[in-house]
Amino acid sequence: MKRMLVLGAFAAMLASGTALADTSGKKIAFSNNYAGNSWRQAMLDSYGIVTKKAVEDKVVAAADVFTTADKEVPTQAAQVQNLILQGYDAIVINAASPDALNGAIKQACDAGIVVVSFDGIVTEPCAYRVVVDFKDMGKQEVEQMAKFQPKGGNLLEIRGLAGTSIDDAIHAGILEGVAAHPEFKIVGSVTGDWDQTTAQKAVATILPSLPDIVGIVDQGGDGYGAAQAFAAAGKPRPTIIMGNRQDELKWWKEQKDKDGYQTWSASIAPGVSSLAFWVAQQVLDGRTDIPHDLLVPYLAFTQDDFEAALPKIKEGGVATHEYTQEDAIAAIKANIK
Amino acid sequence: MTIVSLGTSPKNSSARGAARARMLRGLLPALSLVLVLIAIAWLNPRAISYFGFSLMLNLAIPIALATIAQMFVIAGNELDLSIGTFVGFVGCVTATWLKDAPLIGVLILLGSIGVYALLGALIHLRNLPSIVVTLGMSFVWQGLAILVLPKPGGKAPDWLLSLMAFKPPFIPFPIIAALLIAAVVHFGLMRTSYGVILRGSGGNAAALERAGWSLLRTRIVLFALAGLFGVLSGMALIGITTSADANIGNGYTLLAIAGVILGGGEFVGGRVSPIGAVLGALTLALAASPLLTFMHIPPDWQVAANGAILIIVLAARVLISRRER
Repeated sequence: MKRMLVLGAFAAMLASGTALADTSGKKIAFSNNYAGNSWRQAMLDSYGIVTKKAVEDKVVAAADVFTTADKEVPTQAAQVQNLILQGYDAIVINAASPDALNGAIKQACDAGIVVVSFDGIVTEPCAYRVVVDFKDMGKQEVEQMAKFQPKGGNLLEIRGLAGTSIDDAIHAGILEGVAAHPEFKIVGSVTGDWDQTTAQKAVATILPSLPDIVGIVDQGGDGYGAAQAFAAAGKPRPTIIMGNRQDELKWWKEQKDKDGYQTWSASIAPGVSSLAFWVAQQVLDGRTDIPHDLLVPYLAFTQDDFEAALPKIKEGGVATHEYTQEDAIAAIKANIK
Repeated sequence: MTIVSLGTSPKNSSARGAARARMLRGLLPALSLVLVLIAIAWLNPRAISYFGFSLMLNLAIPIALATIAQMFVIAGNELDLSIGTFVGFVGCVTATWLKDAPLIGVLILLGSIGVYALLGALIHLRNLPSIVVTLGMSFVWQGLAILVLPKPGGKAPDWLLSLMAFKPPFIPFPIIAALLIAAVVHFGLMRTSYGVILRGSGGNAAALERAGWSLLRTRIVLFALAGLFGVLSGMALIGITTSADANIGNGYTLLAIAGVILGGGEFVGGRVSPIGAVLGALTLALAASPLLTFMHIPPDWQVAANGAILIIVLAARVLISRRER
């Protein structure tokens, strides 16, 4: 234990001593808690593309990916502890829980390891957080809805995975948006788990008991399923906010070609994993001026630009953006006030 | 442990063979643990140290406790599919009520053990399949956990944090805890006369009832013990993670069942081994996570590899118990 601490302190000293220290000998691990949906697959793809090049260019020595078999907190906590034992210099993490991993994260920091979390962030102060403003995204959904449905009306809300911070933040944003737009009323809420099939089943179940719906506010990955449920029930198609999934944008395009259907789409870009990687690299590089909370914009598409993006998304994938080192430096700069 | 074999006594040589197989079965959990440890030492020598064991094994304590909880239920020929979400519920209570209002927290936890005891009574009196009842309860616990802690957070009580972060000299805390758990439960279930009755309720319920023992009572005691160890598991888990999440324990249901079986237990017949169960839990905890991380498997295969390790470890166990028959 003591030896690790001394080593860690030594590493920290080396890192902070000279700006732009050499990171070519550094090893960065990626701890990921789930890989079972299109978003996570796109996230791993983006990370793989960016880090493979970084290793080839000798920017870092290694960038290994570790995925846990289940979505469980204890498994990931154990994984982080193993990565500490492996001697990595930094850990990029998409965490299963914002708080429940703090014990393991603190152990990593104490061992002198740089921890950068994104998407599923961790609250432990010693870690860095690449945060997307999910609350603003939820609020923006209602703002956009007000443009398409100026008369207002009944909304259906589709929630994400219960008990997660992302679901909580988007939901809070939606509530805030509805409070600012009293012409809207949320008359029903279902759990879609960010998954088209789950969302379709949930919406189909609640649909018969609902009054007329003008719009659906959701969390991404559930819009296409909701559209299918409405079509199957023969109900008029509401304005469904989309979440950048390929099937969602494709459906949107079909509807637009048919009768000029309008909506809006937003989600966190899975490529934010590559941004987190570069942040870790920058910290290892000796930069000490990086704020621990970095706010990055979410990726949104409007009526005018979604068709241009559609062909670039893989079948069944999610719209993404791979970040370069320059992007990361620019994003860090934007967050230093 | 001695198992009373009913029916005619077999011939001498086959009896010796069975005894050897039984010994092998008793050794298997320890053997598989040693194998996994050797693999880890080979892959990452740095892990075999005081610091390494503290890190690798501390999350095995709650798994071991949940496995013991499951073992009590399995000893009575039942299966508990709710232990994982129950651990999650306890975790949420620990990180909220137990810290802010200790008295209410303790009452809730005691009450939840009472619920477990009632479940045992219900299953016995109405002759319900425990799988159905506990599967239903798993959703109840999950729902209650989300109710107590709608979003991840809360904080473990300070005394629990310092207990779980305890650093004894020479031997890492998780190892001491595992020894303690195994010793206490082994004594209670294998060395006391009521322990024999408890196991007997799974081994030969009819004989036990004819001898005048209340099966209702044994079932209530077994389920209450499962509840008690479930509570301990949840508290230990929160002591390590420092904060809770409604979904924190979900994976424990299957891990606990696998731990009992790996530790030499049987689904029916009241044949369980507390020491084996603790060793099984440690093996699973080590095989599933550190071993996998140290092996550097490509990410696409990691999930499958985790399952494969589970199957290999359990298959070795099945091979040996087949030789025993």
